[in-house]
Amino acid sequence: MKARVTVTLKTGVLDPQGKAIEGALKSLGIDGVGSVRQGKVFDIELDGSDHAAAEAALQAACEKLLANTVIENYRVEIGA
Amino acid sequence: MRAAVITFPGSNRDGDVAKALRQAGASVDHVWHGDDALPAGTDLVVLPGGFSYGDYLRCGAIAGRARIMDATRAHAAGGGYVLGICNGFQIACEAGLLPGILVRNADLKFVCKRQHLKVERTDTAFTSAYADGQTIDVCIAHGEGNYICDDETLARLEGDGLVAFRYCDADGNVTAAANPNGSLGGIAGIYSAGRNVLGLMPHPENLIDGLVGGTDGRGLFASLVGAKAAA
Repeated sequence: MKARVTVTLKTGVLDPQGKAIEGALKSLGIDGVGSVRQGKVFDIELDGSDHAAAEAALQAACEKLLANTVIENYRVEIGA
Repeated sequence: MRAAVITFPGSNRDGDVAKALRQAGASVDHVWHGDDALPAGTDLVVLPGGFSYGDYLRCGAIAGRARIMDATRAHAAGGGYVLGICNGFQIACEAGLLPGILVRNADLKFVCKRQHLKVERTDTAFTSAYADGQTIDVCIAHGEGNYICDDETLARLEGDGLVAFRYCDADGNVTAAANPNGSLGGIAGIYSAGRNVLGLMPHPENLIDGLVGGTDGRGLFASLVGAKAAA
């Protein structure tokens, strides 16, 4: 099974990297950019086909390592 | 005072902090991050500066889950001393030894310079050799030293006197201009609730010899050795 974990900064946490990227996009003349927040994407290959077990494992992975919940939210998507 | 200095892949200040500890009279064991146990009789665990795991994922995140950190957490839970410097502070936060997290400096720049710090209290094992209200001159070198935490944690740190050091100017004034990275409240270092764990971004181990421009870092190591002698 393939899964994708997306980690994003919580609302209200300053994101100076996102701000710098936002400024660079604007300076490139790309129209309509309101704001940019930078995050992380993890593509994970999982053994087995038990959806619920995969969900639980990825939840644990996020809580224990992939996200720091002081500043970050995470989202787990499990594919085929 | 028997100190265990942990080396993680990418630690680079382990030798310097060992030198500072030995100068103060401590004996030092170098311990590998993959070890399960601390040497018998360890009084102090030191998480040194550097770039453990190349700062991958988040600074200190992977080192914070290293095998030796289980023993380090048990050591701290039993009242043992833990000192995290720079990357070691980041590791201590990621390992759950200290609250909050250190994020990218507000202006995005890596900062490497001399910096004054205000010693917030001198009744701890880490600061007893300093004078009340003393301003010390040490070094900082980091790209992610901007300390943040939630409002409740900040209120607890401030209310319980758990702020160890703040960035200040040469006269001891804690101002926005003297804050090099945007840290909340100008926080440069914090204690655990029991004040047996200290994490700080500055490098006291850099300033222990007049030959390199100052000795204000010595007090921290002298305090620790004195705390053990007094115990």
